[in-house]
Amino acid sequence: MFFGLTALELARIQFAFTVSFHIIFPATSIGLACFLAIIEWKWLQTKQQVYLDMFKYWSKIFAVAFGMGVVSGIVMAYQFGTNWSEFSRIAGSVTGPLLTYEVLSAFFLEAGFLGIMLFGWGRVGPKAHFTATFMVALGTCISMFWILSSNSWMQTPQGFSVENGIIVPHDWWQIIFNPSFIHRLLHMGTAAFLVSSLLVVGASGWQLLRGHRSPMTTKAFSMALWMVLATSCAQVYFGDSQGLNTLKYQPAKLAAIEAHWETNTDNPMALILFTIPNMKQEKNYYTVSLPYVGSLILTHHWNGVVKGLKEFPPQDRPNSLIVFWSFRLMVGLCFLMIIMSFTALWLRYKKRLYTSKWFSYFALFMGPTGYIALLSGWVTTEVGRQPWVVYNMLRTEHGFSNTVVADQVGLSLIVFVIVYTVVFGSGIYYIFKLINQGPKEYALYAPSAKVNNKEELL
Amino acid sequence: MIDLAIIWASIIALGVLIYIVLDGFDLGIGILFPFIKNHKHRDVMMNSVAPVWDGNETWMVLGGAGLFAAFPLVYATVLSALYIPIILMLVSLIFRGVAFEFRFKAHRSKYLWDWAFIWGSTLASFFQGVILGAYIQGIHVVNNAYAGGPLDWLTPFSLFTGVGVVMMYAALGCAWLILKTKEDLQQSMYHLMPKLLIGLLVIFVGVSLYTPFIHPEIASRWFTMPNLLYLSPVPVLVLLFSWLILRACRTQCDKQPFLYILCLVLITYAGFLISLWPNIIPPSVTLWQAAAPHSSQLFALIGVGILLPIIIAYTILTYWVFKNKVGVDDEGYH
Repeated sequence: MFFGLTALELARIQFAFTVSFHIIFPATSIGLACFLAIIEWKWLQTKQQVYLDMFKYWSKIFAVAFGMGVVSGIVMAYQFGTNWSEFSRIAGSVTGPLLTYEVLSAFFLEAGFLGIMLFGWGRVGPKAHFTATFMVALGTCISMFWILSSNSWMQTPQGFSVENGIIVPHDWWQIIFNPSFIHRLLHMGTAAFLVSSLLVVGASGWQLLRGHRSPMTTKAFSMALWMVLATSCAQVYFGDSQGLNTLKYQPAKLAAIEAHWETNTDNPMALILFTIPNMKQEKNYYTVSLPYVGSLILTHHWNGVVKGLKEFPPQDRPNSLIVFWSFRLMVGLCFLMIIMSFTALWLRYKKRLYTSKWFSYFALFMGPTGYIALLSGWVTTEVGRQPWVVYNMLRTEHGFSNTVVADQVGLSLIVFVIVYTVVFGSGIYYIFKLINQGPKEYALYAPSAKVNNKEELL
Repeated sequence: MIDLAIIWASIIALGVLIYIVLDGFDLGIGILFPFIKNHKHRDVMMNSVAPVWDGNETWMVLGGAGLFAAFPLVYATVLSALYIPIILMLVSLIFRGVAFEFRFKAHRSKYLWDWAFIWGSTLASFFQGVILGAYIQGIHVVNNAYAGGPLDWLTPFSLFTGVGVVMMYAALGCAWLILKTKEDLQQSMYHLMPKLLIGLLVIFVGVSLYTPFIHPEIASRWFTMPNLLYLSPVPVLVLLFSWLILRACRTQCDKQPFLYILCLVLITYAGFLISLWPNIIPPSVTLWQAAAPHSSQLFALIGVGILLPIIIAYTILTYWVFKNKVGVDDEGYH
């Protein structure tokens, strides 16, 4: 019925689809929440109206992104039980408590203070309001901590034993701070800031192109460009450290990313720039490569040895064609971001940052690239983990619910595709609508706690 | 040794109860939407829950995460058994949730998001009731896995409990609006409440008569001595609180209806727990059989012990900040 796909394949498609949609929104809200906390703090410090206006404008966009993150996140949580019940049964003793900690320490914090952050103007004083914004921002970051801990544990599991076919946790410190956790946290956290800063850059670039050069636009543009500069450069370092970690703990993934078939025992490995890896033939076609560079980048030594894909049995190899290209897309876009950041530095120096039309176009074009890089990075790490759901412990196919049939998964997949297209399509449309409307100046905020409820503040 | 399985079952039961009460009244707002045609009144209804609905919904996630942590077997078997109603509930919750954000941003398409809010709220409530009914009916578990078909949940009983939950949430929402609004809107809610209550009582009677028929175990628990003596106050209390609500509506007291309907929910919920004990997957899997390894339960419990009081504190704080009645002239942030 579903193009001859099995229930397992459909469940994998469903997971990939829902998680790809989901990740966009938390990544946006992590960065935007911190951005909002910073501008509200600056407003408290300086009492300049421009910061308050920026806050109110960006908090609307934040609210839409946050709402979509919540509803798509609930789908993720329940999917573990519906489609992946064997995974839940076998590994739930580790991932369940981590998810519980996320809900307790982050989810509630965000949801509890979001009401005050969005609706609390005039009901609480400015400092209390800032506290609420800060709590929301803190919540998004704590949330990332637990989710990445859980994901990293699935990539580099430790701190447990297996009893009666069930994973039994022993050392929670080892489980949370597993070998790849800190690298993944830094890499993903930086990515979240990069993604949302690029959104602000793109939106402000669009405003500049339309001739809106008010302080609200230029201030947001400038702040976000500094943030892109910092995060895109930091990403080179964090990405590299995660690469070293992957080489050590997930060598098959690394070999697939580099389309590296034979272990280079006594000669330096080349860095392949372009190729079409063929999993069946076990070789690459149309290869363009830089000699020596592979060993240098991956191992930080001229003669570093990197295991080839052929060292692993064929059924244990991730798909090289996908991860080779998704990885290169991510890295390529990151370099483009760095180029943009340094161009912005130069234009700042020349005092033409807000007036160069071509740069505003460049900024607009770069707006969505953060999301593309984020998704391709996600594909690299998740497809690269295959065929394991818990690396070297539990194969993806053994995590699937045995009683769920293809029709159920296929139909629910179709439902999700339709619903997500309608709902998130509308959400993205409203975000664009808000961006297009641009920031406006709001009524002056009376900085006392005693504000009449009925007075329109927004 | 302290029995962690019982502690965890209590925490999850508490989380689910808080969820039913809190998300119950805001889902109820959506169910009551069709009865109110005035657009300004609809705005008021939505604004009365807009600052809190997100926090309310989080209690469901806590219930799910708690199950996942403390009883992964339940999570694995029950969720795959109730696959279809769960997916439909999630989809409904998606529409309900985004309607809050989109409705105030749309102009021409505002009525579409009204629809999304109405159907999202109503169907989410309905499928929660279906899930409840299917769960009470029992889930066929063999060798730690679900052993039934994809449509086992679909019975007259589960559809009936589905309607029951819609009624219950509508009554909660109605009482909430009596508490939070004034003038015309509040008056229409005073008049609506008796009708909802009658509907609710019909459902209660139906479920109470039907359940013992399908489940002899539940029947024996309720109808043998001395349990019968202990449990006989239950129907009496239901009638008492229904009467109190009706009286409060007649005399136009705005706080009592919500308080009394909470008591009704509590009684119903207690009845449900009594029927279930000590199973966590009826009819055959007990709390202890489904428990996660001790280290998992203990680790997650530390988090609950520290964080749950803090959560309850700031949840109360949020409600305190938004304690005033909502009027037509009030502006949301939109």
